[in-house]
Amino acid sequence: MIRVQNLIKRYGDFVAVQDISFEVPEGEIFAFLGPNGAGKTTTIKMLTTLMKPTSGKVELDGLDPSVEPNEVRKRFGIVFQDPSLDDQLTVIENMDLHCVLYNVPRALRAARMERLLTLFELWDRRNDQSKLLSGGMKRRLEIARGLLHTPKIVFLDEPTLGLDPQTRNALWTHIQALNREERVTVFLTTHYMEEAERVAHRIAIIDHGKIVAQGTAQELKTQTRAESLEMAFLALTGKSIREESASSAPSTRRLQRLRRRGSRQ
Amino acid sequence: MNVIYALWLRQMKRFGRSRARIISTLGQPVLYLLALGFGFGPIYQRAGQGNYIQFLAPGIIGMTILAASMLSGVELIWDRQFGFFKEMLVAPVPRITIMIGRTLGGASVAILQGLLVTVISLLAGFRNANPKGWLFALVFMALMALTFTAFGTAAASLISDFQAFQLVGNFVIMPMFFLSGALFPLKDAPRVLQILARLDPVSYGVDGLRAALNGGGSHFGVAVDLGVLCVIAAGLLALGAFLFSKIQI
Repeated sequence: MIRVQNLIKRYGDFVAVQDISFEVPEGEIFAFLGPNGAGKTTTIKMLTTLMKPTSGKVELDGLDPSVEPNEVRKRFGIVFQDPSLDDQLTVIENMDLHCVLYNVPRALRAARMERLLTLFELWDRRNDQSKLLSGGMKRRLEIARGLLHTPKIVFLDEPTLGLDPQTRNALWTHIQALNREERVTVFLTTHYMEEAERVAHRIAIIDHGKIVAQGTAQELKTQTRAESLEMAFLALTGKSIREESASSAPSTRRLQRLRRRGSRQ
Repeated sequence: MNVIYALWLRQMKRFGRSRARIISTLGQPVLYLLALGFGFGPIYQRAGQGNYIQFLAPGIIGMTILAASMLSGVELIWDRQFGFFKEMLVAPVPRITIMIGRTLGGASVAILQGLLVTVISLLAGFRNANPKGWLFALVFMALMALTFTAFGTAAASLISDFQAFQLVGNFVIMPMFFLSGALFPLKDAPRVLQILARLDPVSYGVDGLRAALNGGGSHFGVAVDLGVLCVIAAGLLALGAFLFSKIQI
């Protein structure tokens, strides 16, 4: 369903993604793990038509995102790492606009919006402007919105950041059900190793723009002789804390590049 | 079509919900209209040019539309920084559709503001000599709104931070406004000013508006005003659409 070959993304002389290759078959839940700034979000941007790769090949459902962006966009849903709501619109208006953008049949809209908003406990707040919601509620709304148009592939970029255990549990239960019942392929990133271990069929670990290991949670643990996935992750990516911030806006990158250059001199 | 309507509606809702924005975008034109209108009025009258408010109001309406249209460029930057833009960009909708929806929304908001300032002008003593002129005035308002919303979109596609966009405001919008003949008659202006005004798209909008609302003759000729604005609007819409389609985040 997703095929990536020798993918590279450069910003000037900074290489965000260095020659990565992987495949995600249809119906799989695939976790993409890595420290901050490892290249996860950049990879997702290239998979989801938001960014053009410097070189390499990307295929989603057999289509190249940089050649047929609109066809590719019909096939996936995404929950972004950072906020993407219109905070002056109400909860239901945000949902409704999404339905229009994704051409969800009018007859299905109301029922689907109600089901998802109820599932993520936002139904009572549906007429509030989204700027009035708490951080966790906004996150829930974005997740509910991303699932409105039942896509073939769902990208979840750190979807559980800032969520309480109850909501995280509800989210993963729902994702697993979607995956089981509708064979939705899931591509997720998270910093919670136990989540990856719980839901992902396969895991890839990326660091400094390179994939350092791929396999099931068990395989990764065996490979590193670690007791938990967290220990395996640390064994593979080291214990140093990364300076890179979570944001990957080009301007931030540029600043960081300058800073890095400065520290080299 | 649905998408265009939904994006248009979104902008109308956002405008309606932000009272601060309505007030702040109306404040400046009102100040110009009242301070300049009543301040220079007596001198203008004594110079034998007639009623200054009558002359000034179309210029200020044009200025309102110019500023409001450019603000939709700010909104694009806003959407980009606050993330909603990504939601639109990953949707299976051609970029051009998004651009059209946004532009129509921004232009409609600008026209609404222009109409609000028109009402304020009427309260300040402005009178339309030619009732049929309203329709023509609306055409010019719409053309100006489209032209400068497209310009705002084009600029905001290239510039992604607020501070830099403010430079556009200070070094493009302000000169375009002051050199357009919105505040003074171009007829007796020095030659350099006349040439600059000819190069300034705002001049044609203001001139057309003035002809429509005052019933008097226009400086460039209404047909020229209309023609020039249509060409510039088409050019900027094409440029805006092209630059918009190139945005990456």
